[in-house]
Amino acid sequence: MHLTKEEEKIFDGEKGEVMSRLFRLLVRLGDIYGADKMIPVGSVQVAGVSYKSVGDPGTEFLEDLASKGAKVKVITYLNPAGMDLEDWEKLGFPKDFAKNQLRIMDAFRSMGIVVTATCTPYLAGNLPRFREHIAWSESSAVSFSNSVIGARTNREGGPSALAAAICGVTPNYGLHLWEKRQPTIKIKVDADLNFNSDFGALGYYVGKQVKNKIPYFTGIKDANTDQLKALGAAMAASGAVALYHIEGLTPEADLVKKDGLETISVDKKEIKETYDKLNTGKDPDIVIFGCPHASLREISTLADKLEGKHLKKPVWICTSRMVKEAAERMGYNEIIAKAGGSVVADTCMVVSPIEQMGYKTTGVNSGKAANYLPGFCKQEVCFANINDLVEGQL
Amino acid sequence: MKGRMISPGKAEGVAIVSSEPIGFYGGIDIKTGIVIEKGHPLEGKCVTDKILVFPCGKGSTVGSYVIYGLKKNDVAPAGIINKETETIVATGVILAGIPCVDQVEIEKIKDGDTIFLDADNGIVEMKSV
Repeated sequence: MHLTKEEEKIFDGEKGEVMSRLFRLLVRLGDIYGADKMIPVGSVQVAGVSYKSVGDPGTEFLEDLASKGAKVKVITYLNPAGMDLEDWEKLGFPKDFAKNQLRIMDAFRSMGIVVTATCTPYLAGNLPRFREHIAWSESSAVSFSNSVIGARTNREGGPSALAAAICGVTPNYGLHLWEKRQPTIKIKVDADLNFNSDFGALGYYVGKQVKNKIPYFTGIKDANTDQLKALGAAMAASGAVALYHIEGLTPEADLVKKDGLETISVDKKEIKETYDKLNTGKDPDIVIFGCPHASLREISTLADKLEGKHLKKPVWICTSRMVKEAAERMGYNEIIAKAGGSVVADTCMVVSPIEQMGYKTTGVNSGKAANYLPGFCKQEVCFANINDLVEGQL
Repeated sequence: MKGRMISPGKAEGVAIVSSEPIGFYGGIDIKTGIVIEKGHPLEGKCVTDKILVFPCGKGSTVGSYVIYGLKKNDVAPAGIINKETETIVATGVILAGIPCVDQVEIEKIKDGDTIFLDADNGIVEMKSV
């Protein structure tokens, strides 16, 4: 890989040991994947924020970087933390967990990272433009920014994204290159997709089938950004899909080559079977929406459904701090709280220690959450649409 | 067999082979090295000190930290062989210092084979059981 004179100095340690170590990681990745050079990134999003995900090894890694004075060069956002960073005590998050989580946040803050904690940075003030090179790591946000916005990022690991933030560059390979953004499989959809959970089920099914390919969808007539967020998140969780195109809906769909591709058909039957497969439990102890983090529209929809109602069992909706603030102004949070539910910011069901909080069965409308909850939170899952889930808790 | 070096080093161990991709985050327990993903072909098996063979990574990008954590907790695999190593696994093995090679015909490796992995030269040698 070609390095500029300036970059060679960083590599050789003239800009300090930390920069050198992180830059070497990027060069190594660039060499493996055949990058010709480094390219500047417009923004970064770092995964590996929850104490539950990174544990003590990750915490020490981050504190080590922070203590050596590492600073980010571009706007950098964070993935969800393991708890609501303000209301954690009220929501019942364990104290020792909180202590470790706050250590992690301190380390990030001292590196100049915006302590946002959301998997939907694009809804919270970190919005790339079409064709902008970025280095993001949250798999659903990678999918959204590549597919729905048309920005360009590989699926970065937490540490490689952090390295990109601190060095301000990323190796030029993979999805940064136009020829690598061409679809490699066609998905013909013939099913009514109404609820966000339908898009989650479709995504879960397709992710399993195509693994790390680039799907080109036909037959999806319409979808709003909440539904595209649900689709992409599920495909990135059950498979490793970092980019998809949808005929008529996503910005690169008309520009890519899609002739002669293998085609998979998905109809009602596959969607129904996916719902059945993801349902491993009954009668949830808790229902959690907002995976990926809820938009203001999703919170507003839930508030409508809960207005004047009384919940028998808890309902959470997870979101970013920014969206929670807007929901507060609109009175949605109050409506949800009056019904007995909670708008939870900064965290989500997958990265929070819900199994330590006594929950055994969780209801979700997210294909991504349904994918992770059994393994990572030891939960039985009820996967359903928002109407059925809310009704079940009343 | 000859592959591509992802992360340098040499390792010897018994192969544990998955036909399915592995998502380290939520897929492997960071404290024990046991596969915890429900329905995964390796569910319940331990990857510690083994040569872990799988086609490619999948799922969460936090997987890199899990690989790094497995090493710090002394429960990491001795080496990793992939068909195609993607960034998440590559970052994890480079940080953790776990020898790793990809672009190998992993179909030829069977569970229980003794593997000698010379990642520096991209070489995989195996002794079948």
